[in-house]
Amino acid sequence: MVQTEPTTSQYKSGSPAQGAGGNGGAPAAGTAAADSAAAAAAKARRQTEGAPAPVIPDTCNIGIVLRVLVPLNVLALLVAVAASNAPGEALSRFLSIAVILEPVALGSLAVLCAARKVVNAMPFWVQWTTGCGVPALLTLATALIVQQLLEPDLADGQRLYWLATRALTGAVVAWLFIEYFRLRARAYSPSFSEARLQALQARIRPHFLFNSLNTVLGLMRRDPRRAEATLENLADLFRVFMRDARELVPLDDEVVTCKEYLAIEQLRLGERLQVVWRLDGMPGDALLPSLLLQPLIENAVHHGIEPRTETGEIHITVTRPGERVRVEIVNPVAPSPPVRPGNQMALSNVRERLMLLYDMEAELKTGVEGDRFRLLLEFPYRKERRRRDVRRYFDPDR
Amino acid sequence: MSDATSILIVDDEAPARARLREVLADLAPEFPHRIVGEAANAPEALAQIESQRPQIVLMDVQMPGMTGIELARHISARAAEADSDDPKPMPLVIFVTAFDEFAVEAFEVNALDYLLKPVRAQRLLGALRRAQTLLPAEHLEAIDQLVKATNTRRRHLSVHERGRVILVPLEQVLYLKAELKYITVRTREREYLIEESLTSLEEEFVDRFVRIHRNALVARPSIAGFERVTPNGEGEAGDPYWQVVLREVPEKLPVSRRQWSIVKGLVS
Repeated sequence: MVQTEPTTSQYKSGSPAQGAGGNGGAPAAGTAAADSAAAAAAKARRQTEGAPAPVIPDTCNIGIVLRVLVPLNVLALLVAVAASNAPGEALSRFLSIAVILEPVALGSLAVLCAARKVVNAMPFWVQWTTGCGVPALLTLATALIVQQLLEPDLADGQRLYWLATRALTGAVVAWLFIEYFRLRARAYSPSFSEARLQALQARIRPHFLFNSLNTVLGLMRRDPRRAEATLENLADLFRVFMRDARELVPLDDEVVTCKEYLAIEQLRLGERLQVVWRLDGMPGDALLPSLLLQPLIENAVHHGIEPRTETGEIHITVTRPGERVRVEIVNPVAPSPPVRPGNQMALSNVRERLMLLYDMEAELKTGVEGDRFRLLLEFPYRKERRRRDVRRYFDPDR
Repeated sequence: MSDATSILIVDDEAPARARLREVLADLAPEFPHRIVGEAANAPEALAQIESQRPQIVLMDVQMPGMTGIELARHISARAAEADSDDPKPMPLVIFVTAFDEFAVEAFEVNALDYLLKPVRAQRLLGALRRAQTLLPAEHLEAIDQLVKATNTRRRHLSVHERGRVILVPLEQVLYLKAELKYITVRTREREYLIEESLTSLEEEFVDRFVRIHRNALVARPSIAGFERVTPNGEGEAGDPYWQVVLREVPEKLPVSRRQWSIVKGLVS
């Protein structure tokens, strides 16, 4: 496996000696890494296949936290306003709701966040019971305390009714939220066959395949060794292309894939393509969905290099600011529109996958600065050990 | 000159050119030919066509700067200029493309031959033989059809000057003015002469140029305004007329009475 590289390696139209200088795209290193990656992938697939979508959402995720807290408070406010005749009254009503609402909401999010890893591996009825039961119990507990403090002299019947309705409300609200998040996840995860189709169209770019084959044929007689190495790279790439779209891989593997891809494009485009990698700060063990970076780099080649007649540089920088992974890809802006249209697809595809996996915790920004196109991708740094949990969350709903 | 067919290879990718050379070498016993050159981009290709006069051009469709189809349009425009005292033999174009649904569809409805990469020797041989049976006029028409089918518009005008080919980007062209058998192409810096018909230029670039006179097309963005001119004579010959004031250059172009009704829509 190629570890984080201390050097800035540059692709030149391929003197083999350069492979020794820390160039991960060198066929030998690339093959070994991809082999081990493929083995790990096969194992991982066995773990995920057939896993049902979990009931309890990732309540640690900031996006989900906001999607719970904001509507709840808005709703509480609306109820308070609707039931009162003056602003002052509305405020006091809202406060009397909030005093139960906030501890229950925050508490439920925290408890479920901790519990879901265990519970989501259990049967469905346990997941549902936990998902609705935790908020209900928390509501009951909070309501009890509030009742003791604010209304100590209620009759027993009233008291029971008061507690039961609040606990029931807690459970129903939790149920609604869980359903909402399940529907939402379903909306963002394309059905299995659709995902497959999309993956095939986006990845096994017919252009790329035929151009690469043509390149290999062009090398065959003059430089059989390079033709051989190119076919090896191509085989590795297609192994990755045909892998499950939802699989998570370490960043190291993804970078190897990108380098194999670039090695092939290098032969085709010659000196027009210059790639500068800056991987000093790369956390090689960070997990990301397979083929998240490669389409972005393909995009950079397609838009920044292919339409140009002169040399262009692509800069790829991977760093780790705090608990996040940041990938920056800079390429020249083409003077004329690219030869093939329709590559917004690569960007929107990546965006959708980020949304599905990380919700609001990932970011993909693009912009033009002068004659350069800059893409900035940020996602949370998650290491191998959380692999199972994260992967199951990424599974589409079925 | 021998009777071997002269061939030019145009592809931006070196391995692809090498591959075509090799396949052609394999075909040499069956199809005697000379490879007169290789070009990696459009200007090179146009210059080589001008200097080497190849009979056949093997042309990649997807190239940076200018697609093969656009390049073919330049070749056909050049060929259309030919007249009896200055024949400009037009090379026959055989397109070579990787996979491109869009372009392939356009080729399918067309008499033009295209080869899919990777190119097979026998397919290439067939295409070469068929190309030789095609009449230049048919070929010209086929290219025009292809250009229309793919909605290709040139983004440059190719100017031939003392054996050189200059590509003038269309956005630099301020106006086109017909003068005798030539058309003057005016940019901010200088003037060029081309031999095309103003009518076909008007058709091709209808969204950029507006006809202001029987002999002139003006680029819409370079129109600064209009000026009403009253000739000094003030008499029967001196009807007032309008002229176009241009950005960046001092000269003014008269608008014909017939075109004014169309052009004045641009005033507001």
